[in-house]
Amino acid sequence: MTKPKLIKAGGQGMPHPLYASRRRFLAYAGFTVAGTTLLLSSCKDDDDDDDDPLAVNLGSGDVGILNYAYALEQLEAAFYTQVVATPYSGISSMESQIMNDLKNHEVAHRDFLKAALGSNAIQDLQVNFSSIDFNSRSSVLGAAKTFEDLGVAAYNGAGKLLQSADYLLIAGKIVSVEARHAAAIRSILDSSAQSFAGDDVVTASNGLDRAMVPADVLQAAADYLTTELNGSNLPQ
Amino acid sequence: MKILNILNKLNLESTDTKRFNKAASRRDLFKLFGETGKTIAAAAVPVALVSLASKKANAYVALQGPLEDVLNFALTLEYLEAEFYTLGLNASGLIPNGDATQIFQQISKHENAHVTFLQDTISSLGTTPVSKPTFDFTAGGTFDAFGDYATFLALSQAFEDTGVRAYKGGAASLMSNDAVLTAALQIHSVEARHASEVRRLRGLKGWITQDQRGTGMPAQTQAVYDGEQNTTHGGVNATTVTSIGSDGLTEAFDEPLDMQSVLNIANLFIVP
Repeated sequence: MTKPKLIKAGGQGMPHPLYASRRRFLAYAGFTVAGTTLLLSSCKDDDDDDDDPLAVNLGSGDVGILNYAYALEQLEAAFYTQVVATPYSGISSMESQIMNDLKNHEVAHRDFLKAALGSNAIQDLQVNFSSIDFNSRSSVLGAAKTFEDLGVAAYNGAGKLLQSADYLLIAGKIVSVEARHAAAIRSILDSSAQSFAGDDVVTASNGLDRAMVPADVLQAAADYLTTELNGSNLPQ
Repeated sequence: MKILNILNKLNLESTDTKRFNKAASRRDLFKLFGETGKTIAAAAVPVALVSLASKKANAYVALQGPLEDVLNFALTLEYLEAEFYTLGLNASGLIPNGDATQIFQQISKHENAHVTFLQDTISSLGTTPVSKPTFDFTAGGTFDAFGDYATFLALSQAFEDTGVRAYKGGAASLMSNDAVLTAALQIHSVEARHASEVRRLRGLKGWITQDQRGTGMPAQTQAVYDGEQNTTHGGVNATTVTSIGSDGLTEAFDEPLDMQSVLNIANLFIVP
């Protein structure tokens, strides 16, 4: 089995917009690492990811949504595995415990979804963490915050796309843990005591967390993936 | 309709649900709850998850019932939380100034917003929202809820962790209405954010290990955590598919609560 590729950043913290397309990001980041997949896909000149024959197709129906979740969990698991392997400088014992717990949870989610999907599971994804400085607390926790909030919004938006009540329940079992993570990361990263469920992510007027459609989530996740994902067959 | 009527009605339906789980197929359940629009795409179901016919082996199954009744039940839990934090924030000298006050102000803001949102949603469906019950947060003199900060924190944790489990259990009953289901999920994750923060404020992890209620939690709150040690999801025994140990595995998956268990917890604080 191919291990997720973990690319350590040089440290200059290249800023990039969350929703920028991966190609645009790759173009101006101009890094040289990556592998065959990246080189091949970045050589292509069409901008429609959905038509990319090299992209991993998540599939359709409930299987597609479960693969979508599996892709996000692969991303998170690879991230925390790297964080635990190379802790940022000055990490406290409390933070170290949290990172280790989050690694365990995301690996458990990844392994579970892979097993549940069986032969329908997508391949192991190649990740691209070149925008993350794993030696920097703010870079790592900032990325963690992005991943956890994105995970919460992704599951919240995907619930209605599932046909099976059993899968909805499974998604529910996972999303609340992602939300617990998001709150903890925000609590240790941000100066505001209210950030754990801050007004930037929970709408003050109705108390609702974010929900995002797969297309938007995949676009955001693409910044951290070398493997291209094709979600065009997902339910909408 | 008074909440106790709803509770009784749901209680009866809970019994019905158990009966249906024994006798009827999942397809019949969907039919019962008006889920005919949601076809069960059997062909698309991953092999490992095909066999889910019987939920009766798991006591902590989904909370089920007609959509409006589930929403009214959720509203009752939000009434409980909203009033709890309002009274807590108003209790002189209870919550320390600074971060703790800010945290509970934020939580209180959300719970009150959830009350309004659910009332509006229920009304928009053509049903009258239940009225707020009379709460007794001392649970008949057991808890010094607003005189002792540690007790207030413990009850807050119990309410938030219960809220997470209740919404998780109720989600399946909302599948006939995409907008309502999504909104309920958006509340569910906010309750989980609250739970994580309050747990960490109490010195615990933000997530639940096994079925442990955690240090300092009154024994009466154990019902909130019973069943959280489950490691089989959708028929897949997760312990056999990962190297992650049992503690981490149970932390990684939150469990739903069945109707009766949520009722038992809520009823401790509702004056009949």
